[in-house]
Amino acid sequence: MRMKKIGRVIYSHLDQRLRLSSLIEMAKKKKVPEHKFSFWYYFGGICLFLFFIQVVTGIMLALYYKPTVDGAYESVKFIMGEVRFGWLIRSFHSWTANILIGTIFIHMFSTFFLKAYRNPRELTWVSGFLLLLIFLAFGFSGYLLPWNELSFFATRVGTDIAGTIPLIGKQLKNFILGGPDVSEFTLQRFFWFHVIVLPLITVFVLGLHILLVQILGMSKPIGLKEKQIKEVPFFPNFILKDSLGWILILSLIGILCVFFPWEIGKKADMFSPTPLGIKPEWYFIFMFTTLKLIPSHVFTIKGEVLAIVGFIFGALLWMLVPYLDRRASREKKSPFFSIAGLIILLYIILITLYTYLHPRL
Amino acid sequence: MKEMKFNKFYFIFLGLMILSLFLLQVTEAEAQNSCLECHRELEDGLRAPVEAFKNDIHQKFGLTCVSCHGGNEKEDDLESAKDSSFKGTPGRKQIPAFCGDCHQDSDYIRKYNPSLRIDQLGLYWTSQHGKLLKKGDIKVAVCIDCHGSHGILEASHPKSLVFPWNLPSMCGRCHSDKEYMREYSIPITQEKDYRESVHARALFEKKDLSAAVCNDCHGNHGAMPPGVSAIAFVCHQCHPSASELFSQSPHKEAFGEMGISECEACHENHRILPPRDEMLGTGEESVCLNCHEQGSKGFEVSSLYRNRIESFKNKIKKMEEILETAERKGVEVSESKFDLREAQNLLVMVRNLTHSLNVDDFEKKINEGEEILSSVQEKGEKALNEAKFRKRGLIIATIFIFLLATAIFLKIKKIEKKIER
Amino acid sequence: MKRRSFIDIFLFLSLTGTIASFLYPLIRYLIPPKKAKVTAKKVVVGKAREIPPNTHKIFKFGEEPAILIKTQEGELLAFSAVCTHLSCSVIYQSEEGIILCPCHNGKFDLSGRVISGPPPSPLRSYKVEISGEEIIVSRT
Repeated sequence: MRMKKIGRVIYSHLDQRLRLSSLIEMAKKKKVPEHKFSFWYYFGGICLFLFFIQVVTGIMLALYYKPTVDGAYESVKFIMGEVRFGWLIRSFHSWTANILIGTIFIHMFSTFFLKAYRNPRELTWVSGFLLLLIFLAFGFSGYLLPWNELSFFATRVGTDIAGTIPLIGKQLKNFILGGPDVSEFTLQRFFWFHVIVLPLITVFVLGLHILLVQILGMSKPIGLKEKQIKEVPFFPNFILKDSLGWILILSLIGILCVFFPWEIGKKADMFSPTPLGIKPEWYFIFMFTTLKLIPSHVFTIKGEVLAIVGFIFGALLWMLVPYLDRRASREKKSPFFSIAGLIILLYIILITLYTYLHPRL
Repeated sequence: MKEMKFNKFYFIFLGLMILSLFLLQVTEAEAQNSCLECHRELEDGLRAPVEAFKNDIHQKFGLTCVSCHGGNEKEDDLESAKDSSFKGTPGRKQIPAFCGDCHQDSDYIRKYNPSLRIDQLGLYWTSQHGKLLKKGDIKVAVCIDCHGSHGILEASHPKSLVFPWNLPSMCGRCHSDKEYMREYSIPITQEKDYRESVHARALFEKKDLSAAVCNDCHGNHGAMPPGVSAIAFVCHQCHPSASELFSQSPHKEAFGEMGISECEACHENHRILPPRDEMLGTGEESVCLNCHEQGSKGFEVSSLYRNRIESFKNKIKKMEEILETAERKGVEVSESKFDLREAQNLLVMVRNLTHSLNVDDFEKKINEGEEILSSVQEKGEKALNEAKFRKRGLIIATIFIFLLATAIFLKIKKIEKKIER
Repeated sequence: MKRRSFIDIFLFLSLTGTIASFLYPLIRYLIPPKKAKVTAKKVVVGKAREIPPNTHKIFKFGEEPAILIKTQEGELLAFSAVCTHLSCSVIYQSEEGIILCPCHNGKFDLSGRVISGPPPSPLRSYKVEISGEEIIVSRT
C-alpha cells in the first residue's frame, strides 16, 4: 500500500517536470504489425540488446585491460585467470561480438528481402548500412586488442589489403596503423577507435536509426492483404516477446562462455614469421577469399585492385538500393533485386564455407 | 698512292698484334703442367686424380702433383718429366712416411698453416693401425684410407670423410666388414651398435656436432680402444656431473679392484642407449642385479631408488593430467604449469644423483620435488573446483532464466487471451 | 486495484532471480583481485639491500624463470634461467662465481657465455635497473 503511494508521488513529481505522461500515452499507442514475416522484426531488437551487452562488458573489461604491447596480452591473461568472473566477462564480450555481427547480417538481409528499405525508409537503410560498417570496424579493431599471434597477423593481413586500394591505399594504411607496420602505435590507435571514436559515432548513427524506426513504424511486406496483418500493441505484447528472445540468447551466450571460453592464445611476436593459413575473422572471409581466388591479373589490371574496387563499388550500390529499386518504391514486387540479393547472400555463405573446408588455400 | 700504302701498313701491323696477343693468351692461360696434360688423356684410375685434385685442399695452397710425387712438370717428355726426384705412387706401407714428409716438418707446414698440428705421424705409430703396419700388415688403415688421396678436403668440411657425421660409415667400411676383419679377433658390431646409440641420434638427427663419435673416444691418429681405467675419463669429458657423482660412490673403488670399466659396465660402450628408469630396481632390465643378489644391501638400495622415482614420476604425470583437464575446462593454469617445470627439472637431477649411491642426498632432492608437487596439486584442485563452480553457476543462472522465460511466455499468452476477449 | 495474479508474481520473482544471478558476477568482477604484477616488460624483483652479495634469486619473468645474481663485488646481473641445453633451471655457483646448470653440469660465465658442458648457446641476459630501493629487470 505505502509502496504504491510512494511510487505515485515520485511519478507525478517526474511527470510534471519531464512530461512523462505524454510519452507514456504515445508509447501505449505504439503498434507493431503481426503477420507471417513479422518474426524477422525481432532481429533489430536483438542487435540492440547485444550492443548493450557489448557496451557493458566492454566497460568492465576496460577496468583491467592495458592497451600497451607489454601489457595487453598479460592483462587479458590476468582478466581470464585472476579477476573474479573475468573469464565470464571477457568470453561474453568475444562471443557476443561474433553473434552481434552475425545478427546484423541477418537483420540486414531480412530487411532487404522484405524491401523494408523502400520509401519512406531509405534513410533507415542507409544509416543501417553505416552501422554495419561501424560494427565491422568494431570487430576489426577489437580483434587486435588481446595482442596474440592470431590477432597480430590477421591485422597485418587485413591492413595490407587496405593498402592496395588505388590512390588512397598507402595513406589509409599508414593512418590506420599509426605507421608503416603493425606496432605499439597500432594497438593504441585501435584502442582509441574501439573505445572512444566508434562508440561516439555509433551513438549518433544508431540514435538516428532507432529514431527513424520510431517515427516511421515497422514496414509491412509488399503485397500482403489487410486481413493478413494484425496490429498488436508494442507495450506489453511485442516487448515481452522481444525480452523472451533476449533472455534466451543471454542464456545461450552464457553456455558458450562456460564450455567454450575464449582462448588467450600465444603472445604476438613482431619478429616471428606469419603462421600458415592465417585468416581474418569469419565475417571478413568472403572478401578475403575472393581476393585470394581472383587471378593475379585481369587484362592489365592487378587482380586484387580490381576486387577491392569491385567491393567498394558493390558496397556503394548496396547502400543506394532504396534509390535504385524503383519498383519497390512504387509498392510493386521487384524480383530482380530479390534475386540479386539472394545471389549475394549465397555467394557470401558458400565462399565462407569453402574457406573453412580448405584451410590451406 | 701514299695514303693507300699507309693504310695497308697499319692493317698488317694490327693483324700481327692481334695474332700475337692471341698466341700469348693461349700460352698464358695455363701454367705448364705436363702431369695434368698427360694424365687427362688417360683412362679411369690414371685419369681420376686429375678430376679429384680440383677440389683438393693442397691445390688451394698452390701445391701441385710434383709437391708430393716429385718429377718435373715443365717437361713434356715423359722421361724428362719423371726425373730423379720422381717418387711415383707410394706403396701402402710407405704412405705414412710419404705424407709425414711434409706434415711432420714444422718449418714447412708453418709456411702454409701455422696452427696445423704436426704430430699425426708420431701418433699414428702408437695406434693399433700403426703398430700392425710396422709388423707388415697392409690391410690396416693408412692416411689415404681416411683422408682420401687426391680430393682431400679439410676435416672441417662437411663432405670430408673425417667430418663427424661421416666418421661412423668411414670407420665401418673396414670394421663392419666380416670378410675383411676375419683374421682379427675384434668384434665387427661397433658401427651397428653405435648407430643405435643416443650419441648417433644426436649426431645424425639433431646435427649436434659435439656428440661423441668414433674419434672422440678412440683418438684420431693414435686410435686405440681406451683402456679400462681410461674409459671413465673419456666419458667424463662431456658427462662430468655423472662421473663426479660416481667417483663419490662405493662402486668406484669396487670396480677399480675388480677391473670393471666404470661407465661401460651399465651403459655399454658403443650401443649407449638413453638411460631408462628400468635400469634401476629389481626387474628384468635392472643392471644392478648383474652383481647384487636378492637380500643384499645393493638390492635394497636399487629397489628403493626405483620405487621412489616411479612414484615421483607418476605423481608428476597425475599433476599434468589435472592441469590439462582444468585447462580444457577453460580455467587458467599457466602459473601451476610453470611450477610443475621445477618438479620435472628435479626428476632429471634425481636420476643423475643415482650415480653417487648417496641415499640421503637422493631422498632430500626427491622430497623437494614432492613438496613442489603438493603445492601444484593444491593449485590444480583449486582450478578443477573453479571449473565446477562455473558449471554450477551456469546451471543456477540457466534455471532462473528458464523460469523467467516461462513466466514471460505465460504472461504473453494471458495478454493475448485478454485481447481476444 | 488489480489483484496480483500468480503469473505476475512468478514473473516478478524470476526476474529478480535472473537479475541477481547477473549482478553477482558483475559486482564481484569490480572488486580488485589480489595479484599485483601484470606487465611483462619490467618486473620488480625485490629490494636491493635484501639480496646479500654472492647469492642469487630465481624469479618469474614473463612465462619463464629468470635468475638475478649479486656478485661478490655487489654488481647485479640478470639472465634467463632456462638452460639452453635441455631447459633445466640454472643456479648461481657462488664458490666458482659462475652460473651452473645442475642437470648436466653446463657452466656459464657472468656474461652468460658457455664455459663448458653441453649447452649449445649462451644465456639471454636482461637489463637490471635500480629505481629507489627496488630492483627492476627488463628485456634488453
